[in-house]
Amino acid sequence: MTEAPPYPQPRTCPYEPPPGYAEIGERGPILKVRLYDGREAWMITGYRESRELLTHPNLSSQRTHPNFPIVAPRFRSQIARTLALIAMDPPVHDTYRRYLNPHFSLKAVRRMRPELERIVKGYVDEILDHGPPADLVRLLAVPLPSLVICRHLGVPYEDHEFFQDSSGAVMLGTEEESATAAQNLVDYIDSLVADQVKNPTDGLLGTLVRERVATGDIGHDELVSIALVLLIAAHETTSSSLALGIITLLEHPDQLARLHAGPSLLPGAIEELLRYIATTDLVATRIAKGDIEIAGRTIRDGEPVLVSGTLANRDPAVHGDADVLDITRENPHHVTFGFGIHQCLGQNLARIELEVAFHELLTRIPTMRLAVDVADLPILGAGTVQRVLSLPVEW
Amino acid sequence: MSTVRVEADRESCISAGRCMAANSSVFDQDDDGIVVVRTTHPAPEHRDSVRKAAYLCPAGAITLRSAP
Ligand code: HEM
Ligand code: SF4
Repeated sequence: MTEAPPYPQPRTCPYEPPPGYAEIGERGPILKVRLYDGREAWMITGYRESRELLTHPNLSSQRTHPNFPIVAPRFRSQIARTLALIAMDPPVHDTYRRYLNPHFSLKAVRRMRPELERIVKGYVDEILDHGPPADLVRLLAVPLPSLVICRHLGVPYEDHEFFQDSSGAVMLGTEEESATAAQNLVDYIDSLVADQVKNPTDGLLGTLVRERVATGDIGHDELVSIALVLLIAAHETTSSSLALGIITLLEHPDQLARLHAGPSLLPGAIEELLRYIATTDLVATRIAKGDIEIAGRTIRDGEPVLVSGTLANRDPAVHGDADVLDITRENPHHVTFGFGIHQCLGQNLARIELEVAFHELLTRIPTMRLAVDVADLPILGAGTVQRVLSLPVEW
Repeated sequence: MSTVRVEADRESCISAGRCMAANSSVFDQDDDGIVVVRTTHPAPEHRDSVRKAAYLCPAGAITLRSAP
């Protein structure tokens, strides 16, 4: 039996899998990997097997379990282990999800489109005013998702930079930075919720106060934990998907040209980009709460298991030429938003943000290109949100 | 060619909207974001997109049965 390979591994290119993943994929669709703390966990690398695992009734997201897989030190914190929804199992998970679903459904999100278009137009105006080279991370990818989720929640605009900075630190800081930033966020949200309880406004927080707190379904602390997870889950993920998506397209001029020639290809192109970049690398960390038979192996009760989005999205059993970016791929199936009951609540919002942003950039800055070599872009993150720290473009 | 009957389990739906994105004349969402089947016996031209909807639904909430 060969030794368990280390996972996660850092990328060397913003959108291609780390070189070491090829071997892991070959040993899939299920194998054991070694985590940074020396412990081993099961890993699923197949697309079909990921779907099967993520809908299995014996799978648990309970992060307080002593064997729960920890993929980076900052996930050891109490706050990370008790996140609403993400770290919950049914029935509480499903109850919370039902409170939120109406506000993130495809229909609800489509109603937000005109406002999103207005917001994105403003950012692209700023990029054009700034002139080349312009850093699309600072001028678009970071502020856009932050502003959008703050508005949706009804968080005062003045505070959106605070949210942007602290949620960044929660997701990407060292263990200590992450814990401090999370505590600051909790304290702030706590006072925000207290204000909303006294005087609910129009946003989602005010609505949840009227629909759920006033009726006694949830209390103050529960609303705080819901607001926290929404803010944390919405920022870096969308921001990175946007930045990595732009880089990937700019690095594939033939695909970019097809998109310029046929703007109606955009929604399909976004799915293919999501498949290709696998923003979060890992799409699920779980623990078995009973035996799980999968791909001829048995994951035993109490054993940790991970799903590699990077590898499942490029599973050769499902995708022909999986390593090729093809914006007209007939079925660009992916697990970038997860699968099963925890599948991303914000996926429709994220898709529409990406669509509006890409559309505006492509039509208003059609000659856009990278201002530096792709190899010189500073990248960060393994096993979690894949990030690029700056993205200078010219035109 | 046989036609299909579309069923959706509103209890397991998590409002991901993948069904409606695949085919909005067969699938809709109510005010709670929960799936609504608009036509249980969709015309043959919808067959592929209905199959796709069932495949993409993360909650396994959509079932297709062959209808006589
Ligand atoms: C492209 C951007 C995004 C990506 C790649 C992404 C990815 C994911 C993934 C992989 C999961 C599943 C986690 C698991 O199964 O353990 C998830 C869950 C979640 N996401 Fe996203 N996400 C994105 C944007 C957003 C946005 C904009 C929101 C805003 C509300 C959001 C809110 C959530 C929440 C609340 C969950 C937990 C759902 C649950 O446990 O039921 N995400 N996301
Ligand atoms: S795809 Fe499935 S979970 Fe999503 S809205 Fe349709 S039925 Fe519900």
